[in-house]
Amino acid sequence: MKELSLNILDIAKNSVKAKATQVCVTLNETDDTFEMIISDNGCGMKQDFLKTVTDPFSTTRTTRKVGMGIPFLKLAAEQTGGSFGITSVHESESEEHGTETRAFFHKNSVDFTPLGDIISTVITLIQGSPDIRWIFRHSMPDKEVALDTDELRAVLGDDVPLDNIEVIMWIKGYLEEAYAQSE
Amino acid sequence: MKSLAELAAIKEKMQSKVVLREGSSDIRVVVGMATCGIAAGARPILNAFVEQVNKEGLSDKVMVTQTGCIGICQYEPVVEVFEAGKEKVTYVKMTEDKVKEIVEKHLKGGKVIEEYTISKV
Repeated sequence: MKELSLNILDIAKNSVKAKATQVCVTLNETDDTFEMIISDNGCGMKQDFLKTVTDPFSTTRTTRKVGMGIPFLKLAAEQTGGSFGITSVHESESEEHGTETRAFFHKNSVDFTPLGDIISTVITLIQGSPDIRWIFRHSMPDKEVALDTDELRAVLGDDVPLDNIEVIMWIKGYLEEAYAQSE
Repeated sequence: MKSLAELAAIKEKMQSKVVLREGSSDIRVVVGMATCGIAAGARPILNAFVEQVNKEGLSDKVMVTQTGCIGICQYEPVVEVFEAGKEKVTYVKMTEDKVKEIVEKHLKGGKVIEEYTISKV
């Protein structure tokens, strides 16, 4: 992946597939470090499967027998001297089920992949799954950018879906302005 | 600053159209967005379709959606066009320039661009 924002898109799609109704994408950035946490309330994974998810030959795909999403993210984090972790509670185990994927990066490493176009990732996720509650928060040393689709839905009501093109363009403009502020 | 009032205005404007929209999309554009598609550049393709369809005023006729792996990863980014009563068209190795052309000639003009389809690679 050329940008970390593409890894985020890819991993968050797993939450969509796990039938989550709420997905949090949290980015914590300091001058030297970058942490991403993607957590959902989806169906979760059984412990046996969870142990194998960092193995490329473990996948839920039906088109082939390899799954590269999680191995790509793990590699991207570990090649900077950072770390990767994933925890999950399967729906058969508890009412409080879901998955949390966490990756930690050292930004000063030559192997750190830049975040890239995170705004495109956020609008792609909302466009693809407008019925999920997306909670995005990006903390940076000097500011914070946040978006909770429930707040948008409160204004739009039930008749206008979040994947409406004008709504998507509004979200894009909103995030662009939020990122541009005090820079 | 973008305000929630603007969003409320969008709602007002849309409410009159909503009834019409229901089930009225004749064409469905599906972009493959699994790991293979994303790594090959599907994200800008998806967003280019969303923007071009809107720009050409086709939002009522064309629905742009995402799917997982279509199964031909070596040809990603892959886009499928479904139209009622017609055979599915599969465009491969997509670029943003191809998106513009496909929206204009195929989605708007009704003419499949054969040279971009999987049968020509």
